[in-house]
Amino acid sequence: MNMIYFLIGCSILLALIFLAAFFWASKSGQNDDTFTPAVRILFDDEVADKEIEISDEDHV
Amino acid sequence: MLKEKVISSEKQCFHCGEDILAKKYIQDNKQFCCSGCKTIYGILTEHNLSNYYVYNKIPGKTQSKVTSNFDYLEVREVISKLVDFEDDIKTIITLYIPAIHCSSCIWLLEHINLLQSGIYQSRIDFLKKQVSITFKNDELSLKQLVQLLSSIGYEPLISLQDVVKTSQLKKTERSLITKIAVAGFCFGNVMLLSFPDYFGLADFEHEFKDFFGWLNLAFSLPIVFYSGRDYFVSAWTNLKAKRLNLDFPLALGILVMFLRSVYEIILQTGPGFVDTLCGLVFFLLIGKWMQERTFHHISFERDYRSYFPVAVTTITDGIEKPIPLSDLKIGDRILIRSHEILPADAILLKGEAEIDFSFVTGESIPVKKTLGEIIYAGGRQLSASIEMEVLKPVSQSYLTQLWNNNAFVQSKERIKTFSDTASRYFSIVLLCIALSSAVFWLPTDPSKALASFTAVLIIACPCALALSSPFTLAAVLSIFDKNRFYLKNTAIVEELARIDTYVFDKTGTITNPDAASLSFNGIITNDQMQLVSDLARNSGHLLSRELAKFINKPSVFPVQEYTEKIGRGISGKVNGNYVKLGSSTFLNLPLNSSSNSSIHVVINNTYVGFFVIRQQWRNGFKELMQKLSLGSDLHLLSGDHDHEKNQLIPFFEDSRKLHFEQSPQDKLDYIQDLQKQGKKVLMFGDGLNDSGALKQSDLGIAITDNINNFSPGCDAILDGVSFNRIPQFIQQAKDGVKVIRMCFVISLMYNTVGLYFAVQGLLSPLMAAILMPLSTITIILFTSVAVRLFARKNKLL
Repeated sequence: MNMIYFLIGCSILLALIFLAAFFWASKSGQNDDTFTPAVRILFDDEVADKEIEISDEDHV
Repeated sequence: MLKEKVISSEKQCFHCGEDILAKKYIQDNKQFCCSGCKTIYGILTEHNLSNYYVYNKIPGKTQSKVTSNFDYLEVREVISKLVDFEDDIKTIITLYIPAIHCSSCIWLLEHINLLQSGIYQSRIDFLKKQVSITFKNDELSLKQLVQLLSSIGYEPLISLQDVVKTSQLKKTERSLITKIAVAGFCFGNVMLLSFPDYFGLADFEHEFKDFFGWLNLAFSLPIVFYSGRDYFVSAWTNLKAKRLNLDFPLALGILVMFLRSVYEIILQTGPGFVDTLCGLVFFLLIGKWMQERTFHHISFERDYRSYFPVAVTTITDGIEKPIPLSDLKIGDRILIRSHEILPADAILLKGEAEIDFSFVTGESIPVKKTLGEIIYAGGRQLSASIEMEVLKPVSQSYLTQLWNNNAFVQSKERIKTFSDTASRYFSIVLLCIALSSAVFWLPTDPSKALASFTAVLIIACPCALALSSPFTLAAVLSIFDKNRFYLKNTAIVEELARIDTYVFDKTGTITNPDAASLSFNGIITNDQMQLVSDLARNSGHLLSRELAKFINKPSVFPVQEYTEKIGRGISGKVNGNYVKLGSSTFLNLPLNSSSNSSIHVVINNTYVGFFVIRQQWRNGFKELMQKLSLGSDLHLLSGDHDHEKNQLIPFFEDSRKLHFEQSPQDKLDYIQDLQKQGKKVLMFGDGLNDSGALKQSDLGIAITDNINNFSPGCDAILDGVSFNRIPQFIQQAKDGVKVIRMCFVISLMYNTVGLYFAVQGLLSPLMAAILMPLSTITIILFTSVAVRLFARKNKLL
């Protein structure tokens, strides 16, 4: 049953890592703006190709 | 939040969706309403940024014809006040751009480096409508950056009291979030370690009991000394001031729980109450966070400085030079361009002044001033540029000296909330019960005396009670939010529930600034109306726009030979007819009706008649006044003349409660008088002239038609659309207070059950660990359900 000591130690360590990760996220301002990133991720990267698409639409 | 406009007809601008007027601007088979929109389209397609039009249909905003002058952005002092960070290579600046409204805006502004290679990066905070831009100093100046932004239709709003939100406020909030995180971390682990004991341990597992106990104790340290620290501090400061607030029994509960746990764990007599302790602090902090949540995208603290410009153009020996407003001295000669705001009281030296004072005095009609007249600061020049000489420094003007008043210096007295009053009695009763149970057991069983004394303090710890207010009020706040009524903080709800006197401003508050009603005196045919409408559409003047909106006809004929005399009138040839619109002097009419608020019409040199402009009440104003007049006192304080007095008398029971031509100071004093009579005053206002009254009143509500526009400092901001819902809001606030009282009863019931065991010294840690979260969850569920039910009853959901 000595394994329990090791397991409890691991679980607390893991929890501490998560806590530290949360502190880091909060400190680096990741929770400051919770709206814009959700929109930003939907944008396409390639800019030039899109233009062709628009003009195609218009000619149809 | 991201709304899309629907294109209803072919005749709309590809960029902004406005109706296309007489003259068409065409590029790439796309129609534009003005050269501004077309130019933006041109710039964007040229730089491969036409994705802007892909993410949303008509993402642009109507281009105003006025382009601001940004010369002041070359002044060193101004720049250093505005930028966040500056070194030899780069500058970081955060700008507030009111035009940000859709995902296309985000996309374009974050790809702005394609337009100008001097920009490293730009990041948007959509809800705050802010953009943070990093750019190279040697390639781009601040002025060029701002000009670039306004050239694509995103002109930043730059003002003295910067509208950009600083992150200072964030610090306290962030520390609260850190505390919650620590409390949550400890709570979770402690619960895990306490469960074995609750379920019962087999004999061979007993060695773990001590181990878990010590670990629990270790986890309780950060909870008590870090997360729960504020409760001790608050209880102590209040105790020193001889006050008993709700934090006192909370701090006492935390302390007793901790000490008893230490005692039990060290002497190995029991598992202690660490589980309950951690849960308590965790839930309490969540309640606190709910209470402190605010609207970061709305500013409640604005004063005249956020309305006034940053700099003003001075003229010395014929040379124009922008200087920061703080450097403006008496005797300086200043140049005010069209649509600029006059920053200090000054004498008119040159040019024609037509000043819109609606924001300052409440006067609804622009005022003409002649040479040598004194013009008060805060007015907006509508016609061409004027030159003036400064008479008073900015902070001593007619309007701005209002802010030197006492009401702005002292902070508003914190209202005594229901839980404040309740907690005083609660603490006293609690201590009595704890002591008497200790005294009862002392002669027979001293150890039980201590057990029952601590158990009472633990179980009666008013966690549910402390949570009922924040959760109820936060729920009310979010319902108000959905109805476009934004409160500064949760305490305002309780304030709203006890208001008995309502004071209204007139212009912009009870009248709708966007809907003036016009009526025509004379005889005019439908065809003539069409001509008038087509002509009026060409002018950007306020009255012309109102006129075009009032006639409400689509544009048919193009206008030729169009001329506009600023502030006087317009003329042009429409479908072969010469049409003239304007003031009586413009049309050389006899001065029988020279009122500013009428527009005379001459078609083909024959006088047809004139339009009269009348302010229109906001939707539901009549019903609102009827509902409010039941049981409360209604007053009107207007800065305007009393020409609408007769129309207003029916709405107010007593004509003596209508006051006109009130200066900002008069308004403040009037509120003060009402308060001296013991009244709880709610002030509705919209302009700078109401600032003093809004601040002085028990509850100041600013009414606005666009929450991103300027609104004076206040406790709450109401969107004009929800103006008729005011009685419902007040009812909801009263119901909210009712819910808090019901919660109080529920939490007392839980306490009674717990106390029954506690006084007998029979309270086990397991019982406490079940009872405390159970009561908390009951309260959270009850408040959210009850508030929603009441909201439905009040038709707010």
